[in-house]
Amino acid sequence: MSTTIRSKGLTKTYGEHNVVDRLDLEIEAGEVFGLLGPNGAGKTTTILMLLGLVQPTKGTIKVLGLDPRRYPLEVKRHVGYLPDAVGFYDTMTGRQNLRVTARLNGLDDFEGHIDSLLELVGLADAADQAAGEYSRGMKQRLGVADALVKSPSVLILDEPTTAIDPEGVVEMLALIQRLAKEEKVTVLLASHLLHQVQTVCDRVAIFVHGKVVAQGTPHELAAVDKGTKVRVEFRLGGDPTAARANLESLSNVSDVETGRVPGSWVAELEAGSLPATVSGLVAKGADVIGVHRLDEDLETIYRRYFEVQEEVSA
Amino acid sequence: MTTETADTTPPELQRVGGWRAVAVKEIADHLLSGRFVVLMGVLGIATAAAVFAASGGIRDVAPNAQGITALFLKLFTVTVDPVPFPLIVFVGFLAPLLGIMFGFDAVSGERSQGTLPRLLSQPIHRDEVILGKFVAGLTVVAIMLTALVLFVSGIGVFRLGVVPSPTEISRLAVWLVFAIIYVGFWQALATLSSVLAKRASTSAMIPIGVWLVLTLFGSFLFGAVAGILSPRDGSQTAEIAYLRTTQTVSQLSPVTLFQQGSSVLLDPEVRTVGLVTVEQVDRAIVSELNLTQSLAVVWPQIAILVALTSVMFALAYVAFMRDEVRA
Repeated sequence: MSTTIRSKGLTKTYGEHNVVDRLDLEIEAGEVFGLLGPNGAGKTTTILMLLGLVQPTKGTIKVLGLDPRRYPLEVKRHVGYLPDAVGFYDTMTGRQNLRVTARLNGLDDFEGHIDSLLELVGLADAADQAAGEYSRGMKQRLGVADALVKSPSVLILDEPTTAIDPEGVVEMLALIQRLAKEEKVTVLLASHLLHQVQTVCDRVAIFVHGKVVAQGTPHELAAVDKGTKVRVEFRLGGDPTAARANLESLSNVSDVETGRVPGSWVAELEAGSLPATVSGLVAKGADVIGVHRLDEDLETIYRRYFEVQEEVSA
Repeated sequence: MTTETADTTPPELQRVGGWRAVAVKEIADHLLSGRFVVLMGVLGIATAAAVFAASGGIRDVAPNAQGITALFLKLFTVTVDPVPFPLIVFVGFLAPLLGIMFGFDAVSGERSQGTLPRLLSQPIHRDEVILGKFVAGLTVVAIMLTALVLFVSGIGVFRLGVVPSPTEISRLAVWLVFAIIYVGFWQALATLSSVLAKRASTSAMIPIGVWLVLTLFGSFLFGAVAGILSPRDGSQTAEIAYLRTTQTVSQLSPVTLFQQGSSVLLDPEVRTVGLVTVEQVDRAIVSELNLTQSLAVVWPQIAILVALTSVMFALAYVAFMRDEVRA
């Protein structure tokens, strides 16, 4: 496999603020790579630098072996881009919008190609409707078709699932995976939505305040940094105050917090002490409804990094 | 694996659509837009009113007039009640509006629709975007003005029964190009404003403001500036110096340049746009200039207008090239 996107020490400074700070990325051909981070982490700036639309302050970039600063046209010829909050010419139909893109790419004889793309994103029926009448989700799907007009070998998607209904999200993610597998398109997916990134991406970089804080497959990331503590969510019935007191009284348990739903508590446990804790709770007469280990998924890592960042900025 | 030091040779890039693709899309947009229909309607009605009045007036006096050549061009330059100004003044007044209308949302419109990042991520150079838009706007303006002139000529032939001579046709053609360059100035100004202003409404206000100030308060403004540069003390020499300075200052305004240029290009009897004393015209023989001579008279006006338009476009261009994609 060869490297499709590579950046070394990539830095963008606005004023005194490093929006992107010494970013090293290596994305292999045919891979779905997730750039995961909260809003304002520098994801869009990174993407614009990859496209040669924003000049980096420092560092090097290679996209398909080319420096976007020197060969912006060649890079843009082969990179399809779906911008965050994509927009279209409102008075033109979806199909006409795609035609404009095709002409800007110097394509001719593109009608059949456009038809199949509209079919692919499920907009064949709405193709001749004015794009101004499209819902946000339809625009997002038209945006994917638009990025595919040039038959790119790299697809960069900036928040592709925002404003799409849950069903549409599933379809969108399936489409992304299909493109990567069948068309051998390399995909860079920027998102702040952890679960979606986790389901489709081969590798993920967690990106906070312009820095990559962790990088690897979702599995690797979940395994990293477990330490001697595990985070566990308990769902306990009965009186909440008593349930919490029961939990806190156990010797292996520390840092009890309120969970996401009423009656749930998140606590840190000594590694390997989960069975003892549960039997301890049962022995105290607690009504144990559910137990869920949180460090199985990326959320814990994600949240931990964000918490660290918040403390830093506070 | 690619090496870190050197770029791999870029793939052979076919010369893509570029600015032409942008221009084609923009022209189609303009021609189908509501503003085109509205502008064409307003211009058409106003022109018809002016030209009917003018042709009527010319018909009344024509039988008694001896030796008037270029009768046909009078359609454009004669003032007859109830229309308060001749057609060229009217065009001079409204033409900036055309340029502003086709320029003010060139970039701000892309920004507000969220299409700018998508457009710029296509394999075209950034300057092709602004060039394509400018060319498209001017093409539509050229279509409109040409239609207008043909329309006036048609009514003129019909009402006056006078067929324009070849000289008159070439005068009209030169004037048309001059008028398009004039509109180009306003379009470039509006385009610059559309790059700088983040919203389309703001971007329209700036050139409209400049237009109103130069058109309505122009003479007051130029007089005030000239008064500072060349103070009047009541003496005749100071007064003449003041008037000369006013004249010079006013020639920095495209509005003045267009008025002066038009009056000379469309009226062979006009021999100067400068300050003329009574002594200078005393017993002068009324005669006509040919087109080359008329052009020689207004060459400075043409040159300055072309320069102003180029500078304005260059500013819009530079502003757009430096503009951040992220709004």
